[in-house]
Amino acid sequence: MSQSYAEEGASAAALADTPDETADPVLSVRDLEVEFPTPLGVVGALNGVTFDVPRGKVLGIVGESGCGKSVTARAILQIIEKPGRITGGTITLRGQDTQTEITKLGPDSARMRALRGREIAMIFQEPMRSLNPVHTIGAQIAEAVLLHQTRDRKQAHERAVEILRQVGMPHPEAVATSYPHQLSGGMRQRAMIAMALSCNPGLLIADEPTTALDVTTEAQILELIRDVRDRSGMSVMFITHSMGVVAQLCDEVIVMYLGRIVERGSVDDLFHDPKHPYTQALLRSIPRIGGDRKVPLEVIEGSVPDPHTRVAGCPFHPRCPQAIPGRCDTAFPGRSTAGPGHTVHCHLHDDDAAGHTEPGEDA
Amino acid sequence: MLIVIARRTVYMVATLAITSVLSFAIMAAPPGSALSQKISKLQAQGGEVTQAQIVALKEQYGVDDSWFVQYGKWVSGFWHGDFGFSFTLDQPVSSIIWSRLGLTLALSIGSLLIAWGLSIPLGVFSATHRNSLPDSVIKVIQFIGVAIPEFLLALVVMVFAVEWFDTDVGGLFSSQYEDAAWSFAKFADLLGHLWVPLIVIAAGSTAWLTRVMRANLLDVLNDQYVQTARAKGVSERKVIWKHAVRNSLHPMVMTFGTTFPVLISGEAIVSIVLNLPTIGPLLVNSLLSKDMYVAGTILLMLSALLVIGNFVADILLAVIDPRIRLGE
Repeated sequence: MSQSYAEEGASAAALADTPDETADPVLSVRDLEVEFPTPLGVVGALNGVTFDVPRGKVLGIVGESGCGKSVTARAILQIIEKPGRITGGTITLRGQDTQTEITKLGPDSARMRALRGREIAMIFQEPMRSLNPVHTIGAQIAEAVLLHQTRDRKQAHERAVEILRQVGMPHPEAVATSYPHQLSGGMRQRAMIAMALSCNPGLLIADEPTTALDVTTEAQILELIRDVRDRSGMSVMFITHSMGVVAQLCDEVIVMYLGRIVERGSVDDLFHDPKHPYTQALLRSIPRIGGDRKVPLEVIEGSVPDPHTRVAGCPFHPRCPQAIPGRCDTAFPGRSTAGPGHTVHCHLHDDDAAGHTEPGEDA
Repeated sequence: MLIVIARRTVYMVATLAITSVLSFAIMAAPPGSALSQKISKLQAQGGEVTQAQIVALKEQYGVDDSWFVQYGKWVSGFWHGDFGFSFTLDQPVSSIIWSRLGLTLALSIGSLLIAWGLSIPLGVFSATHRNSLPDSVIKVIQFIGVAIPEFLLALVVMVFAVEWFDTDVGGLFSSQYEDAAWSFAKFADLLGHLWVPLIVIAAGSTAWLTRVMRANLLDVLNDQYVQTARAKGVSERKVIWKHAVRNSLHPMVMTFGTTFPVLISGEAIVSIVLNLPTIGPLLVNSLLSKDMYVAGTILLMLSALLVIGNFVADILLAVIDPRIRLGE
């Protein structure tokens, strides 16, 4: 097994064509690989993911459950749940004039901890569960401030109240002294955002922050994130499975499938000219206002393959209506350019017919 | 909060009243009484016991009354500290129990402290080093600790204590201090005798609580707010102790209510093996000889401990968890 990984690493390195579109990315991820050893075998959660987060913009990451969106986010902060671990690739955080290679830092090292919350902040999927039930909202926000900005408890508390006010929390003083269970879901997510923003991070990673909220609250939270980005020039990496949210919020989009990026482009490119059959299928599965109600919504045939099996070739080929036998099931397609800033990994759009072979195997 | 405490106090008293009636009724159910033993003892000593004497004794002890009349007599004495009179030991129940209460409490509280003091760090270590070698070692020891009968453990520890430490086991004091006045040397001698029962009594609950702690912490470590804390830049140590352990103490606190009486009844077997004058063996003997007032008082005391323990556990829960404190 180690041999095949070495091969894959070598071929991926040969292909390591830097996405050159954005001259000044805030974060660069190259050939990132994450594995989860399980009793049934090693699960490759990320199999060589390469992308940049453009500075001051919102990058959307879409894909269905289990495609590696959340693992990517956790890998960036090095908070992957044990026993998962990064097995290859690099993550580089680029400040105005400094560069930090995150993958070289130990997960519990002081430098890594100094980055978390200070440079990169994260908000999570379920606001019901992402705040500690036994500490007050104010104390939880102040904890981050005390770690990164001041040692003075009173100042930290004042900062917590102030940031709560900034995110539009009604009665910030009262909220700071209340416990998470006393707030509604939307207010909790607002509090989470306040916590994430408390130290003015350069990059905010939002892992499906609106999935557990109702539509009205979702719209408010999206508005808040847009507002924060405009005000502070913060970059946002927004993970979602909702194409509707992508259209509302994002500048650029990455589509992931089974631990790989299959397509990347601007929101316009992706919605008006999707290249990858998976992206096309995702878009067709969204209900449209004014569409013919009698025609049933399209579904993507089949389901995500069992994670313990490695699919040979393009991971989407078993479900792909346009799969080319003998090609899609043997080689993972290289990256081909479909337009300015629009790239796709698909044999239908191959520039070089070769691609690179990818041995399939059962883990 | 005050209303909650007041309401709970009323429930507690009601619970105690019901348990005392029930335990007394169950004890009175089988035929015969402690008095018949006493009479046969008198006869065996060669004394001529006339029918009139028997009637007088029965009258004196009230054994022919129905059990609820006896219960009424017993309960009415509570207000002036009178818990009845032991048939077999010829002493007031209160003085019998009182003389043994100190040692019993020392053993129980001591082993409770040992159990908590060991199980929390061990459980935390076990959970944070899941499936490592030390974790497996701790798990094996836990299984043994939970499974081994206390009397067996008591015997094993006794053997080791004699073989390796040359300790005089059994009883509370070495023979030379038995009747000596209290001095530092006597106290040291007492401690030298107490560690054996403490270890034996604490072993089972330590093992059990370690398992509880490990399982809970593993649950909590999967919770999102633990990730949130990590994502803020909190050090792993603080993530574990401030965010995770704090949220996994609930079941530990809940067991506090039940462990206390369990410790006292578990102590009975150990005390019989090690020949310690505690309440446990007293309860066993009084039940065997149908010494109603002694057994009833001890059972009532045990239920009182259970109820009070649960009450304390509930208050502790409210202290550590705002959802309980502010929920009502």
